[in-house]
Amino acid sequence: MFDQLTDRLGAVFKKLRSRGKLHPKQVDAALDEIRDALLDADVAVEVADDLLGRVRDRALSEEVMTSLTPGQQVVKVVRDELTETLGGTHRSFTASGDPAVIMMAGLQGSGKTTACAKVAVHLKEKGRHPLLVAADLQRPAAVDQLFALGSEIGVPVTSDGRDPVKVAKAALKQARRDGHDVVIVDTAGRVHVDREMMREAGRIRAAIKPHHALMAVDATVGQDAVRQARAFMDEVDLTGFIVTKLDGDARGGAALSVTQVTGRPVYFAGTGERPADLEPFYPDRMASRILGMGDVLSLVEKAEKTMDEDQAKEAAEKMMRAEFSLDDFLTQLREVRKLGPLQDLLAMMPGVPGARGLKDVQVDEKEVGRAEAIISSMTPGERRNPAIINGSRRSRIARGSGTSVGAVNALLKQFDQTKKMMKRLTGGRMPMIPGMPRIPGM
Amino acid sequence: MTPTGIGLELLFVAALLVILVGAFLVGRRMRAPGEPKPARRRTVLRDRVARLAARDRPTEGDWAALEEGLVAADAGRTAARRVVGRVRERYQSGQDPERLLIDEIAAAFGGDPAFALPADRLGVVMVVGINGTGKTTTIGKLARRLATEGRTVAVANSDTFRAAAGEQVEVWARRAGAEVVAAQERGGDPGAVAFDAVQAARARNRDVVIVDTAGRLHSKRPLMDELAKVRRVLEKASGRSPDDVLLVLDATSGQNGIAQAKAFTESAGVTGIVLTKMDGTARGGIVLAVREELGTPVKFVGTGEKLEDLQPFDAQAYATSLVRG
Repeated sequence: MFDQLTDRLGAVFKKLRSRGKLHPKQVDAALDEIRDALLDADVAVEVADDLLGRVRDRALSEEVMTSLTPGQQVVKVVRDELTETLGGTHRSFTASGDPAVIMMAGLQGSGKTTACAKVAVHLKEKGRHPLLVAADLQRPAAVDQLFALGSEIGVPVTSDGRDPVKVAKAALKQARRDGHDVVIVDTAGRVHVDREMMREAGRIRAAIKPHHALMAVDATVGQDAVRQARAFMDEVDLTGFIVTKLDGDARGGAALSVTQVTGRPVYFAGTGERPADLEPFYPDRMASRILGMGDVLSLVEKAEKTMDEDQAKEAAEKMMRAEFSLDDFLTQLREVRKLGPLQDLLAMMPGVPGARGLKDVQVDEKEVGRAEAIISSMTPGERRNPAIINGSRRSRIARGSGTSVGAVNALLKQFDQTKKMMKRLTGGRMPMIPGMPRIPGM
Repeated sequence: MTPTGIGLELLFVAALLVILVGAFLVGRRMRAPGEPKPARRRTVLRDRVARLAARDRPTEGDWAALEEGLVAADAGRTAARRVVGRVRERYQSGQDPERLLIDEIAAAFGGDPAFALPADRLGVVMVVGINGTGKTTTIGKLARRLATEGRTVAVANSDTFRAAAGEQVEVWARRAGAEVVAAQERGGDPGAVAFDAVQAARARNRDVVIVDTAGRLHSKRPLMDELAKVRRVLEKASGRSPDDVLLVLDATSGQNGIAQAKAFTESAGVTGIVLTKMDGTARGGIVLAVREELGTPVKFVGTGEKLEDLQPFDAQAYATSLVRG
């Protein structure tokens, strides 16, 4: 989501970390670069300045300046403040009340209607019985859209009346009558400077007294995000946000901006076009992810020192052509071992697919030697094309490597799965790994 | 000994990791070196242009503040630096820097062709953009504009993905006095719609056919490939490139707008931008950034939800509103 911001901050922190002692001027220079990165990521100017002001105060404190690793301390301060700006801790979305009422507001095209359906799916999966209310009577076919989405996800939709306030009120009655325990009201998109429409939003809120008034905010929005959020906050008294279109490559600075100026959390991130594409929003994870680049960079530094660059390039190209053989795997495995204990390497990789949640697992270093032995016991032909490895070859390899047929099978199976995973990840292009910079031209 | 799944899995993940690091190392060398950074003051953003205008001899800080004023209007740091740099070159003491800035921004769009359709054959216009920028609304307004100029307008909806997209186009077309000539059920083939649209518009002797497309995030490869296909089908059906491929860009858009313009130009051959939602507080600096970076002209500006709320782009008016807010 914030990959590009991560790139920029990573470069800054690499510089910071390489210094033993910090001078206030160095801190300022680094903060300037962080500020540029934040502005490029569409974080509102005032929000960026506010954040950096707090970072600067803490970074220049004696505790940080006199510590043995001031650079890392500054990194930690930035991460803390970033987390704070993103809303602190994750708030799980609860909607109590009988029925619980949720109102969705926002500008045109921010993704309100889709977000309504997504929240409905989310709540339905939790065993609730939502009713969707189409109170957007402005946009042509908005009501039709919600009805279509409702039938797709198996959630009833209602829209009874010609005035949004009446539609919403009628829906509450209907919900009570039909036994729905949560009502989600979609409202018309409105520009925050449109007085009349904003007052209408206020009237809807007053009429239905929602437990949640959510604003859908487009992740591609720029500096305007703070003005939009403030206006909606004033008129509708928001309880939180849904950041939409986070599945694109928008840097999503708007998420930082809106939480900072309203003090309200982001509850969900919209991550796709299907009704199921909604994820809970975790400020701490998001911040770690933003700053996780620091770790990846130190890994890169390590790799730069120990790895054969041409060999790595060749392997990467092979992977993209899906020609990655067991031989290549063996080579890479040896390279990896040069870098240090696997445990440490994995700890540096935030969000590697498949490794998530495995960070705390003990890695058996013997496994590396075992895999090496197994592959070494194969003929070159077998390494190129593992498909030819039949039963008798398997037992030969097992004997040769001093392992068991079961171990050989497990390795082959895992290799096959990894190849598939690579294929899926790459699809002919470089995979996107959180915290890993985009690679130009690849 | 027991081959544990987790140990093995980690091994493979580690190998993958090293490959990625290798790819990263290789990729990083291809990166352009960072451009030098301008001096900057960290002040609250307010009335920067006015402050500069009040000076006899602007300081470095004043110029930097001016740049930041443009950044705060979503023009982005690169375009802001370039434009302010040009202003500084021309500036002489006693001149009105605000005037210079406005002129320089307007000049950035100098020589851009206005929206024009062929007089002697069917005009083909394709409309593209990410979700929610206002494509369909724009099409309604554009159809109206062309209809009032005396053209007969056909509209086609190739958005076969979004629920009720067809109905929305239908309503706008009716309001605009245009006719929907091709449509398909949800899940249908957008290319087929495009083909039918050109055929039907020809058969009914229309002056212009406007093809709506489904909103799509520009980072999604398959969807962008689909868009490229729609364009190819239009070319095949009409025997030439579309007369205009309009990218609908939201004025509230941040720097991601550049990525949008790049990707849509690559796959659909964008010829111009429609800047929508200029009726809010956003000033649409993103099109200056896109013009500076990619050279894409702006053709229209959308300012509201009514049929009449679409004007041809006026660079001078745009520049003035960008600077004066």
